Amino acid sequence: MTERIVIVGAGTGGIVLANNLAEELATEIDAGDIEVQLVNDGEDHVYKPTWLYVPFGEKTLADATRPLVDLVDDRIDLTIDRVDGVDTDDKTVSLAGAGVDESYDHLVLAMGAQVTPEETPGLAEGGHHFYGPEGAAALRDELAEFTEGHLVVSVVGVPHMCPVAPLEFALMADAWFRDRGLREDVDITYTYPIGRAHGIESVAEWAGPLMDGRDVEVETFFNAERVDPDTKTIHTVEGRELDYDLLVAIPPHDGSDLVREAGLGDDGWVDVDPNTLEARGADDVYALGDVADLPTSKAGSAAHYAAGALADRLASIARGERPTAEYDGKTVCFIESGTDEATYIAFDYEESPTPKPPSKLIHWSKLGYNRSYWLTARGVL
Amino acid sequence: MSETDERADVTVDAVGSSCPGPLMDLIGKMKSVESGTVVELLSSNEGTEKDLTEWTEQSGHELVDIVDHGDHQSYYVRKR
Repeated sequence: MTERIVIVGAGTGGIVLANNLAEELATEIDAGDIEVQLVNDGEDHVYKPTWLYVPFGEKTLADATRPLVDLVDDRIDLTIDRVDGVDTDDKTVSLAGAGVDESYDHLVLAMGAQVTPEETPGLAEGGHHFYGPEGAAALRDELAEFTEGHLVVSVVGVPHMCPVAPLEFALMADAWFRDRGLREDVDITYTYPIGRAHGIESVAEWAGPLMDGRDVEVETFFNAERVDPDTKTIHTVEGRELDYDLLVAIPPHDGSDLVREAGLGDDGWVDVDPNTLEARGADDVYALGDVADLPTSKAGSAAHYAAGALADRLASIARGERPTAEYDGKTVCFIESGTDEATYIAFDYEESPTPKPPSKLIHWSKLGYNRSYWLTARGVL
Repeated sequence: MSETDERADVTVDAVGSSCPGPLMDLIGKMKSVESGTVVELLSSNEGTEKDLTEWTEQSGHELVDIVDHGDHQSYYVRKR
């Protein structure tokens, strides 16, 4: 009898998992013993870190996407449809477009995170963001016209995708305006919800003095409760007000209603064992990437490494072997600290990161990796 | 159940979350509740007390009580 592995979502976690399984289980798939189905609600794979560069005119939206058919191994059953229900008792997922239920023996949820600016009153009307294609394009147009005034980069929602991106944006904006001879006419403020510039203490210790040296004002314990687009004012839970001319906000994020409705996580993030990635609310269900409630960053890098570990586990299980591979929280993130220098951090569940001194070499390494990312998506790198 | 426990209107369970998760979960809830509401934050993270004390001092919300349950703590915060 054919054993079926169904993966929902073809972001970094889903596509890396599918391609790794295609390689590890090639013999079993070719023999018809195992099927791997990858379901995605669009035809393209999206490399979201590209959006950081779009507002500064360094990348285009097209640079962020490739057709899934060009990236997914032929051994994978690629299905373009939207999953609108998960039944963990019957072990089925329902496909909205086809109107059918697909059975699974092993289900992997990898639907990512959604941005929900509408959760904060006035934010969608009064702010910009670079956490989606339309937002990044609109911000590019706005930045191109912005020659003077107060730019506020505000982290409104936590947790959010790519935790270092807000720092990167503020530092890149500083360098970008300097390069264009406008920095003296642009004030930049960066705000963060807790009492330091970043959730990871060592990153905050690194970023604080750097921001100070770049004349970027840092406001901590700053939690936007509402935005008034008419007066261009942010009002916070702490009772503070901050005026802006251009607001770049990291919007609140949400998991998935599918997760809530399936009883796999009250907040929309799948409650999982952080090492095995097994859902705690149902058997034979796993989650990886942003939709998993893991004690690490919601970052493509975390999804990439988690997918490798889960591929090993699922391949072992499919072969009837005891799985031994585990995800240790490994994450590696490049951090742009201007327009021509960068650093990086590497960490896991046990080890905190230590940012290295920024350099041009790391900046070029980041740009190089962005181009070679498509090899990661193919399961090669 | 303590007297303070009975006054909690809403509970946020962040047991097991690492820093700054518990404080962020609390702040997220504080955005959506009315003034005067007492929110109970459950946390097992050792940094929560320091973070929460700093935040309430800055924000004007009131840290009403802390109850130690051994493996985790309850922090009661009243929205101003």
